[in-house]
Amino acid sequence: MSSLLTSSRVTPVDIAKELAFFAVLAVMMSIMILGVETVDRPTGLELALRWDLVLLAVCATVVGRLGLIVRREHLSRLLQAALIVISALMVFEMFVRFRDLDDRWVSPVTFDMATQSVGRAIFFICLIAIVFAIAYFSSAKGRPTGDEDESNKISARLQVAYRTNTKKVGMLGIAFFIIFPFIFGENRSAIDLATLVMIYIMLGWGLNIVVGLAGLLDLGYVAFYAVGAYSYALLSQHFGLSFWLCLPMAGLFSASFGIILGFPVLRLRGDYLAIVTLGFGEIIRVILINWYDLTGGPDGIASIERPSFFGLADFSRRVPEGVTRFSDLFGIEYSSMHRLIFLYYLILILALVTNFVTMRLRKLPIGRAWEALREDEIACRSLGINPTNTKLSAFAIGAMFAGFAGAFFATRQGFISPESFTFLESAVILAIVVMGGMGSQIGVVLAAIVMIGFPEMFRELAEYRMLIFGAGMVAIMLWRPRGLLSFRDPTILLNMSKKEKVAGEKS
Amino acid sequence: MDWAYFLQQLINGLTLGAIYGLIAIGYTMVYGIIGMINFAHGEIYMLGAFHSLITFLICQAAGISGILPLTLLLMLVVSMVMTSVYGWGVERIAYRPLRGSFRLAALISAIGMSIFLQNFVQIAQGARVKPMQPLIKGGITLMESPNFNVQLSYMQIVIIVLTFVLMVVFSTLIAKTSLGRAQRACEQDRTMAGLLGINVDRTISTTFVMGAALASVAGMMVTLYYGVIDFYIGFLAGVKAFTAAVLGGIGSLPGAMLGGLLIGLIESFWSGYLTIEYKDVATFGILVLVLIFRPWGLLGKPEVEKV
Repeated sequence: MSSLLTSSRVTPVDIAKELAFFAVLAVMMSIMILGVETVDRPTGLELALRWDLVLLAVCATVVGRLGLIVRREHLSRLLQAALIVISALMVFEMFVRFRDLDDRWVSPVTFDMATQSVGRAIFFICLIAIVFAIAYFSSAKGRPTGDEDESNKISARLQVAYRTNTKKVGMLGIAFFIIFPFIFGENRSAIDLATLVMIYIMLGWGLNIVVGLAGLLDLGYVAFYAVGAYSYALLSQHFGLSFWLCLPMAGLFSASFGIILGFPVLRLRGDYLAIVTLGFGEIIRVILINWYDLTGGPDGIASIERPSFFGLADFSRRVPEGVTRFSDLFGIEYSSMHRLIFLYYLILILALVTNFVTMRLRKLPIGRAWEALREDEIACRSLGINPTNTKLSAFAIGAMFAGFAGAFFATRQGFISPESFTFLESAVILAIVVMGGMGSQIGVVLAAIVMIGFPEMFRELAEYRMLIFGAGMVAIMLWRPRGLLSFRDPTILLNMSKKEKVAGEKS
Repeated sequence: MDWAYFLQQLINGLTLGAIYGLIAIGYTMVYGIIGMINFAHGEIYMLGAFHSLITFLICQAAGISGILPLTLLLMLVVSMVMTSVYGWGVERIAYRPLRGSFRLAALISAIGMSIFLQNFVQIAQGARVKPMQPLIKGGITLMESPNFNVQLSYMQIVIIVLTFVLMVVFSTLIAKTSLGRAQRACEQDRTMAGLLGINVDRTISTTFVMGAALASVAGMMVTLYYGVIDFYIGFLAGVKAFTAAVLGGIGSLPGAMLGGLLIGLIESFWSGYLTIEYKDVATFGILVLVLIFRPWGLLGKPEVEKV
């Protein structure tokens, strides 16, 4: 028996030690924050105990770690079976085994539901389990580093398929987005969601120029988005300019902001640049909040003009004298969906323009200079490329697209406030770019759908949404550190047959 | 010029700066050793604040909150220990697997961790602001002038003294012990240090634990000093502390402390003499200026780019 148990490198004692260690850690991490709740009372804060949650956290951790051990070590069959039985027992413990006063089996989860905090426990269990399952990657014996294409066979195969068919995938994607409103024509929330995702796709593509192509880490991208949104809102409110006139102006303003902000700081290297851009993002937000006379402060700007149909017709039900109604222009019945669908196509076109411009720029000398600069700045300098101007152009063009997206955002919402331009937005956009696989246009689309689409669909989860969002960001990075569609070939190579060699190496 | 007012701003600024400095040390040590911005460090500080608050409430419930020194000691020790575990865990889960991988990946992972921890505390403890009664009351009147009395509260003395003591302890730790030597070795060359028999993983973990412990002290002091905390305090404090670390020269321990003090003073004087609304703008403005003219910070060494 004992020989059977010890036929592998690890003994049950080792496993028990490891489990005990992680159980102690789980207790330490959860005992205060989860185990004790601070309750507001008129007399001050009071405590409420929630030991069941600590128990759940410990069970989840141990189960997660057990699963990990089973996957990591080459255990004997018997030991594996034993561990699986133990984890099954613990899962049973977590979900089933509580016995209430009437001698019925009640799980702590349902038990928790009875005491008003519905399903709270479920999420804690899931999340803690996820987090600790992630620890699989972190086991020192398991894998050396994060880059592990071979172990992800499915995604590797997908990647190969994608690489050979990039154009087709792209065309299919565009076709899908074009016919999208015809499929979901009457579904208001679907169109809304698609529009939102599209805004982030556009922002992601814009930031991709800065981060993916030029390799400049920008944590304050949302500042340019804000500049675009506020320039449209203010121009339209104070000067009565139409959306179509303001759109290029918003882009122009944002681009000039990019140049003004970029000029002093673009000499800095990676992380310093990141923190300065983060600082700029915050400065712009603070100014928006405090410059009450101009921006309305925290109240924001309300009733921003909606876009017209290229100045020809209006989407409202009741239109003023002398203005054509959209439905009359085409002789169709009025529907409030027309405006939404129009907005959807508008952002789709804007996004595609961003994509098209990026793809063309990549083939121009400036685009190649960006990619070269990303790979090796010193080499570029020695070849006569002016790094500051090159970086500045990437910064300005990226900012311009953010400005367009901002103007669109303002006209779509009809209301803007500094709330919409927090650091979290910058982080989300950057996460979309990095998760997509930097420099990959289709990767951005995928990541935007994952990051924006899914959380929006699960809006009922309310407060758990951002929790899962954060954990998801970590998990995706651990799973694929280089992004969902990760490769970083220079767009043009001297000798194209070398492409396969170059792909996938170097950071 | 009103010297009394000036002195008061100076005292307030130093107190605030001491807190920023303690957080900044965590950033600077981590950046020095693995070259990444530990974005979740602000959240670690926030967790420290929550742990100290909850420890205090437990002491109160247990009826020992009357014995002030014991309560304070318990708050300090418990929050340092528990928060260190978080620091360790964050490194282990979110950063270690990505070490040696692509740099932005670790940054995104850190941002994700920060969002996760923030929301975790928000769900577990509620989004409301948590009040904390003042434990250390009273103070010394340093200077009396007709319209204004300069106050140095005992709390401020505690903060400044504690920060000073911790700084001395940690500097000695880094300068004299074998652990400190291992850390400095890893900072210079991780591969070589590993070849010479230093357990690199463990050294990095220790760095995170030390940073988290100091941040939790900062969190506890903020809880006691301001008397209110919420789940969101980590973000701004974190950004400012990072600014302080960069200002002082990233990788340099005294630099982080100096940077923290300067940021605290700038903030305090700016809000005292100019506009309180734009104090964050001032902080970031200083950061930008420093980075443009002296990117390696006040006490840092300029990095030579090698081909």
